[in-house]
Amino acid sequence: MADIRRRYKKPNLRLWLAGGWIALALAAALLAPWIAPHDPLTQDLLYGRLPPFWIEGAEPGFWLGTDSLGRDLLSRLIHGARIAFMVAFAAAIAACLVGSTLGLVAGYFGGWADRIISRIVDIWMSFPPVLFAILLIAVLGTGLHSVIIAIAVIDWTRFCRVIRAEAMVQARMDYVESAHIAGFGRVKTMIDEVLPNVLPSIIALLSLEMGIAIIVEAILSFVNLSVATDDPTWGGIIAEGRLSIHQAWWVLVFPLVALFLTVLSFSQLGEGLKQRFDPVLR
Amino acid sequence: MMQRIVIRLLTMLVTLFGVAVVVFIVIRIAPGDPIAMMLPPGATDADIDRLRALYGLDKSLFEQFFIWFWGILQGDFGTSISLRQDVLGLVLERLPATLELSILALFIAVLFGGFLAIVGARERGTAIESGIDVINGAALSIPDFLWGLVLILFFGVLIPIFGITGRVSPRLDLPFDTQFYLFESILRLRFDLTKDLLSHLFMPALALALPLAAIIAQLLKQSLKEVLELDYIVLARVKGFSETQVILREALKNAALPTLTLIGVQFTFLIGGTVIIERLFSYEGLGNLAIDAVINRDLPLIQGIVLVFAMLFVLINLAVDLSYALLNPRLRHG
Repeated sequence: MADIRRRYKKPNLRLWLAGGWIALALAAALLAPWIAPHDPLTQDLLYGRLPPFWIEGAEPGFWLGTDSLGRDLLSRLIHGARIAFMVAFAAAIAACLVGSTLGLVAGYFGGWADRIISRIVDIWMSFPPVLFAILLIAVLGTGLHSVIIAIAVIDWTRFCRVIRAEAMVQARMDYVESAHIAGFGRVKTMIDEVLPNVLPSIIALLSLEMGIAIIVEAILSFVNLSVATDDPTWGGIIAEGRLSIHQAWWVLVFPLVALFLTVLSFSQLGEGLKQRFDPVLR
Repeated sequence: MMQRIVIRLLTMLVTLFGVAVVVFIVIRIAPGDPIAMMLPPGATDADIDRLRALYGLDKSLFEQFFIWFWGILQGDFGTSISLRQDVLGLVLERLPATLELSILALFIAVLFGGFLAIVGARERGTAIESGIDVINGAALSIPDFLWGLVLILFFGVLIPIFGITGRVSPRLDLPFDTQFYLFESILRLRFDLTKDLLSHLFMPALALALPLAAIIAQLLKQSLKEVLELDYIVLARVKGFSETQVILREALKNAALPTLTLIGVQFTFLIGGTVIIERLFSYEGLGNLAIDAVINRDLPLIQGIVLVFAMLFVLINLAVDLSYALLNPRLRHG
């Protein structure tokens, strides 16, 4: 037993690092108007393409340098985190609610409910996600709400498949039978007894999906299909960085690092939380 | 065998018809009047009605679908709103670039993934295998978009040895008759051009290939390890074959089948990935065109691109199914 405990000690460090970065980024996103050193939209061509602070030629106050229009990179990254997290939470929660509910119903009730839901999932997943996204964005138009809807509409199947399989296992267990004998109704058993047991998986998937949503938003804002206004987004900054890559590499590198750390943290956090909540491992 | 192929072809047609129905419905429920988008401001109601009749939009939805579908069968995909050109022509002009990119990416993925799998299976249980597992994990958890950006930074800026923009250096004279530049440059023995084309293709192809290479390495290594426990392998070892010979001559043949099926499915995802990777590397393929079409809300063009992609995916699945049937002895004789 002690052995197993030691083996799962390590993920706790991962959990703290991942959680720490997400907390930091989230705090920056929430407090953006107060903590950003400059206005993210103010252009000053005299201060164009300033390098980050440790390189000669940097100006004090512009920690990570500026882009080709002289806008402060750090402030743009902090403001860009707002949109990243907004999409991450809204899209992942929407996909989670739809997918987990359907998965729980399919797995727990089985029978025709399972057949219909599983069939829909199969058809849904046979459509390549990129084409699906192109069609959806074409129909919905560009903008933040379209991005959120598109992610939820495409990715609910991820939740549905896993939760269905887990609910199926749970539904055959003795405690469900005893709940029935104790006079619990089917729906009540599903919500009060089965749901808490599949919750660790739901939380792990939710965290993973937030990472995916952040990548998708970055891709869509990179190709100019996300926010319609000139609010800074990580993907938008990457697009600018891509254009001026030979003159100002930092405009590409810093948003890339932010994206990397955030996506990695969400997936590590998901794994860690799952182990933390799992009664067998705990 | 014959019957199997016929059934497979029929299901393929049904699938394509289903895709056509979905695309038609989705595009028609799109908010915004396509006619209003085509006309200049200040057009009269009579103008609108005339254009509506011209495009058959005054008929019932059911009739519209069959007029549209009949047109598609005859190769009439409509006219692009933003580029004012025939959609099929535009799509066919860009498709070869995307095909060359995806096939090269698939080739790299199979090469890398296969190599890692064979080395991992040979060195099973050692630190080398664990190292390969770590590389696989990293390659899998990072999406191709981020791989592309990392490659641009390393091989475009830090050590600029590969092209990171476009399909070919703009200063070169291209003597090509088709859009299959790479293929034609080899046929014409213009290896200077082949080299330039490959230098531009390599980075985007590698970005697309890395996640797939990791999947191939993982699955093939697992199958190889299972096959290596079987009796006939023991016999081969008794015959005095070296471990590498055993893997390459005996085990690989039988372990490759599950990987082959997986490659088929994953190849369609890889082609989907070209949409964003082409944009990232300013590569003039179908995916780049698709993004322009969405930005301009060019519905006829989007419709054409989605249908061509869908056709491609269905054909790849068909090819995988058929080759699976040919390679698997149980199905070949059954």
